[in-house]
Amino acid sequence: MDMQNLQNQLEEVQSQLETLKKGAAENKVAIIAFSGDMDKVLASFVIATGAVAMGMEAVMFFTFWGTPVLRDKNKSAGGKDLMGKLFGAMLPKGAGAVKSSKMNMGGMGTAMMKAVMKKKNIASLEEMIALAEELGVRIYVCEMSMDMMGFKREEFIDYKGLDFAGVATFLAEAQNAKVQLFV
Amino acid sequence: MSDDIQVTKVLDLKGLACPMPVVKMSKGIKEVNVGEVVEAHTTDPGSLTDFPAWAKTSGNEILKTDQDGDVIKFYVARRS
Repeated sequence: MDMQNLQNQLEEVQSQLETLKKGAAENKVAIIAFSGDMDKVLASFVIATGAVAMGMEAVMFFTFWGTPVLRDKNKSAGGKDLMGKLFGAMLPKGAGAVKSSKMNMGGMGTAMMKAVMKKKNIASLEEMIALAEELGVRIYVCEMSMDMMGFKREEFIDYKGLDFAGVATFLAEAQNAKVQLFV
Repeated sequence: MSDDIQVTKVLDLKGLACPMPVVKMSKGIKEVNVGEVVEAHTTDPGSLTDFPAWAKTSGNEILKTDQDGDVIKFYVARRS
């Protein structure tokens, strides 16, 4: 009888351990890139690539104003309705076109900031995106934002590790991430 | 002061700005075997705190830190 009791308790502990393991925090950084400002998106990429350098996994979810950052300036997509065409024209076309969140000064501030960064050998946003791809940072692009803004998949950059998804996919990744950021 | 650390590889990270020094360090350490030492040179002032933090989370060890003008030299032993 005792042995049976012990066995039952052991199984109970094992099953609790499995549950705990499933809920344990993963060595991962999950970033929601909501903002479309150059400085904020750049900071997200610095954190994501820095995380990989530290031995962590990094995953980013581009949504809302962050979505246009991943457009490819050399690609375009047809078959858009009027709103889609308007969004396409008004929103920045890719990483090179995004502006600084402060002191943009009609584009001059952003240009000056880019010049300073170049002079000090600070990686530009395009360079950071390329580095992120090389390091295996995974990117999810929000399908809802795509749909709302009339963007099509074919006008986005070629990035190995880029997928289109909804919030549930991202949350499944993020829920156990040790570091969760909204930028 | 004595140069008795056996260095397997020198990594020139001078002139690179955050996050490059740590990113390249994490790549460079994989190019030597466990137990071997990489000597990294950097001019990024943030490295003074970044490298120890990186070493701690990546499971490697900084044997020595030297400062020569504005060049910081880290002697990093691969431990994992």
